[in-house]
Amino acid sequence: MRRRARAVWRAIVAVWLWRAGSRRRRSESRAQRDPSERRAGAAGRIEGVVVVLLALATAGTAAFAALFILDPDTQLLGLALGLALASLAAALVVAGKRLVPRETKVEARPRLARPQEVEPVVQELRAGADGITRRRLLGSAAGLAGAGVAAAAVVPVAGLGPGITDQLARTPWRAGRRLVDEEGTPVAAADVRRGSFLTAFPEGVQHDELGASVVVVRVDPATLRLPAERANWAPYGILAYSKICTHAACAVSLYRSPLNPSTQPRGPALVCPCHFSTFDVLRAAAVEFGPAGRPLPQLPLVVDAAGALRAGGPLSGPVGPSWWGDKT
Amino acid sequence: MSAFSHPHERDRLTDPVRFVDERLGGAKALRFVMGYVFPDHWSFMLGEVALYAFVVLVATGTFLALFFSPALGQVVYHGGYGPLQGQQISEAYGSTLHLSFSVSGGLLMRQTHHWAALVFVAAITAHLLRIVFTGAFRKPRDVNYFIGVTMLALAILEGFAGYSLPDDLLSGMGLAIAWGVAMSLPLIGGPFATALWGGRFPGTTVFESRLFIAHVFIIPALLAALIAIHLAIIMIQRHSQFAGEGRREDNVVGTPLWPGYALRSLGLFAAVAGVLVLMGGLIQINPVWLWGPYHPYLGTNGAQPDWYLGWLIGALRMMPNLEIHLFGHTLVPNPFFGGVLFPTAVFALLYALPWLDRRFISRDYRRHDLLELPRENPRRTALAAAVFSAIAIVFAAGSADRLFFQFGFGYEGAIWFFRGAFLLAPPLVYWITRRVCLALLRAHAHPLRGFSGAVVVRGEQGGFERTGGP
Repeated sequence: MRRRARAVWRAIVAVWLWRAGSRRRRSESRAQRDPSERRAGAAGRIEGVVVVLLALATAGTAAFAALFILDPDTQLLGLALGLALASLAAALVVAGKRLVPRETKVEARPRLARPQEVEPVVQELRAGADGITRRRLLGSAAGLAGAGVAAAAVVPVAGLGPGITDQLARTPWRAGRRLVDEEGTPVAAADVRRGSFLTAFPEGVQHDELGASVVVVRVDPATLRLPAERANWAPYGILAYSKICTHAACAVSLYRSPLNPSTQPRGPALVCPCHFSTFDVLRAAAVEFGPAGRPLPQLPLVVDAAGALRAGGPLSGPVGPSWWGDKT
Repeated sequence: MSAFSHPHERDRLTDPVRFVDERLGGAKALRFVMGYVFPDHWSFMLGEVALYAFVVLVATGTFLALFFSPALGQVVYHGGYGPLQGQQISEAYGSTLHLSFSVSGGLLMRQTHHWAALVFVAAITAHLLRIVFTGAFRKPRDVNYFIGVTMLALAILEGFAGYSLPDDLLSGMGLAIAWGVAMSLPLIGGPFATALWGGRFPGTTVFESRLFIAHVFIIPALLAALIAIHLAIIMIQRHSQFAGEGRREDNVVGTPLWPGYALRSLGLFAAVAGVLVLMGGLIQINPVWLWGPYHPYLGTNGAQPDWYLGWLIGALRMMPNLEIHLFGHTLVPNPFFGGVLFPTAVFALLYALPWLDRRFISRDYRRHDLLELPRENPRRTALAAAVFSAIAIVFAAGSADRLFFQFGFGYEGAIWFFRGAFLLAPPLVYWITRRVCLALLRAHAHPLRGFSGAVVVRGEQGGFERTGGP
C-alpha cells in the first residue's frame, strides 16, 4: 500500500517536472511564433447587416433633426440621437471586425535610444562655452536675470484681487444693530420659540456678505452654560451665532433640538451639512464633533423697548474659516 | 490591388493622396499612420473612452457656452419654471435655467455634458489603474505616465469648475468649501483666497469670469495640448503589449490602423457618444432648478459632490478637529489636512511611482515594452491595492451622511469606523492581495490545471502538424 502511494507520488512529481520543463520550452517558442495573417472577404450577410445598421443610424439622425424642429423633447431627442449613434457604433464595429480585411501584423519595435549619439551631443553643448573664462559669474548673472523675468511675469497676478486688507475680519455687526429676517422684518424676541431655528441679518446690510448671517435659537435659560463674561448675551435664553461654519464656510443650516432632553442626553446643537461639524448651542457653540477647529462666533443680544432683538456688540470672533491673520 | 487600378477609383483616391504628398510629403506619414499596429486587449479601450468623452465634452460644452452667461448680477426670475417665479437670482443661474428649459436641445446638451464629465474622469481613473497594475508606467513610458497623471488632476479641476459655474445652491456650497480650503494654506491662505475670489467669499463677479475662462479655455486648452502630446509619444514609442503568441519586447503584434482598427475605434467613439447622449436624454442629472439659487447663508443636507470629489469631501469629513496654532495665530487650519495635504500626498505618490517602482518595489531599471499581469508582480500589485483601498475608504467616508439617510447607520459611528478602516485596511489588503497573486501564480504552474494536450492535424502529404494547444 505504502509502496504504491510512493509510486503514485513519484509519478506525479515526474509529470510535473516534465510539464514544467516543456512549458518553459513552449512559452519560449510561443513568443517566437509568427502570428501574422491577413484574411479578406466577408459573407454577404455581414454586408447586409452593416447596411441595415447604417440605415438605422441615418433614420435616427433624421428623427433627431425632425424632433428638434417640431417637438424638442429632451427624452425623445436623446433617444433618437443616442440610438442613431449606437447603430452607427454597431455598424462600424461589425464592419471593422467582420467585413474589411482582418489583419494581424507584426512590426519590429523601433529602437529609440542612440547611445553612441549621447557623448557627441554633450560635447557639442560644452563647446558652446569655448573661450569663455568667467563662466561662474556669467552663469549666476544669467540665472538672476531669468529669475527676475519670471518674477516680473508673476507680479501681475497680484492684481487679481485687492491686497489683503481687513476685509477678511470685517463684520457688519455693531452694538444696537437690529436683527431682521430674510424679508427685512425685525425679529421680535417673543417670536423666537424654543426648538425653532431662524436666520437673521443686520438691518440694512447685504445678506450675501459673509459676516452678515446669524442663526437665532432659543433654549431654556436654566440649561445654558455660557462663559461668565457672556452671561447677559442671551436674554430669555435667545442665542445668536454666526451662520458661517468656522471649518469651510458652509452655512450651518441644521439644528438638532431634542424634544425630550431626559431621554436624549445630547443637548441642542447646530450642525453644518457639508462636513458635519457639530456645535453645542448651550456651551457657546463649542465643537462637539466634526472637523471645525473653533466655535462659531457668538453675537451678544439685547431686547429693545419695542421687544425687537438687537446686537449688543460685535461678533465674538472672526467669521468663517481660520487663517494666519485672524486675531483670536 | 486590382480594385485600385480601375480608372474611376484611381482618380478618387490617387488625387487627394498626391495633393497631400506633393505639398507636405504626406504619403510616407500616411503609410506610417495607416500601418500603425494596435495590440488587442480590452483594457486598452479605457484611455480611448476618456479621449472620446473629451470630444463629447468639447462639442456639448461649446453649445452650452453659446447660451450661458458668466455673470453674478442679480435679476428677478420671470422664466417658465413656476416655483422660482419672482425670486432674486444671478444671471449665471438664470441663463442655466433658460438654456435648460427654453433652448431646443439645451437640457439634452447640459445633461450629456455633465454625464460625459463623470465618464471622462472615471475612464481616466480606470485607465490609470490599468497602467499602475500592469507596470505600463515603466521606462520608456514614465514620461507619458506623468502627462497622464497631470491630465487626471486637470480633469478633476475642470469638472469642479464646471460644477461651480451655474451658481445654484450646490455649486455655491462647493465653492464655499473650496474657499475654506484655499484659506487653509498656512500663512498665505487669506491673501491667496482673497486674490483668487477678488474679495472675501462669495467674492465679486470677477470670480465667476475667472471660473468661466478657466473652465472653457485655460484648462481645456491644456488638456487638448497634453492629449496631443500623450498620443504623439504613444506613436513614437509604439503601444505596449501583454505577452502572448509572437509577442516579444522587440516587436508589436496587433491590428493595423487601416482599415480594421480605424473602424473599430470610430465605432467606440460612436458608442461612447451614443451612450452619453442616451444618458443625457433619459437620466436626469443635477436639476439645478430644484436646488435653487445660492446665497452664503443657505445650505442643504445630504448634498453630495460629483463622484470624483468624493475622496476630498471624505478626507475633510474624516479629519479630527485638529488645528495647529503658533503665537496665537492659526498656522494650519483644519481644511488643510483633508483638502490640501491628502490630495497632494496622493498625487505625489502617483508622480513618484515610476521612481519608487524601479528603486524599491521592482528594483528594475530596464526598459520594458511587455506588460505584466498584476499577479506577476505581487509586491507592486499588493502595494497599489493597499494604497487604493485607503483612498476608497476615504471616498466611502464622503458618503457617510447618505449611509445614514439610506440605511440609518449613525453618522458619528460611521466616521469613527472609516477612521479605523483607513489605518487598518491597507495592511490587510496588502497581505490578501499578495497571497492572491502568489496563489494565482502557483495555480498557473500547477501540473493538473489547464489544457495540456496539443491539436495535431494530418496534412495532405500524410505528415502531422501541431496547430493548437498551449
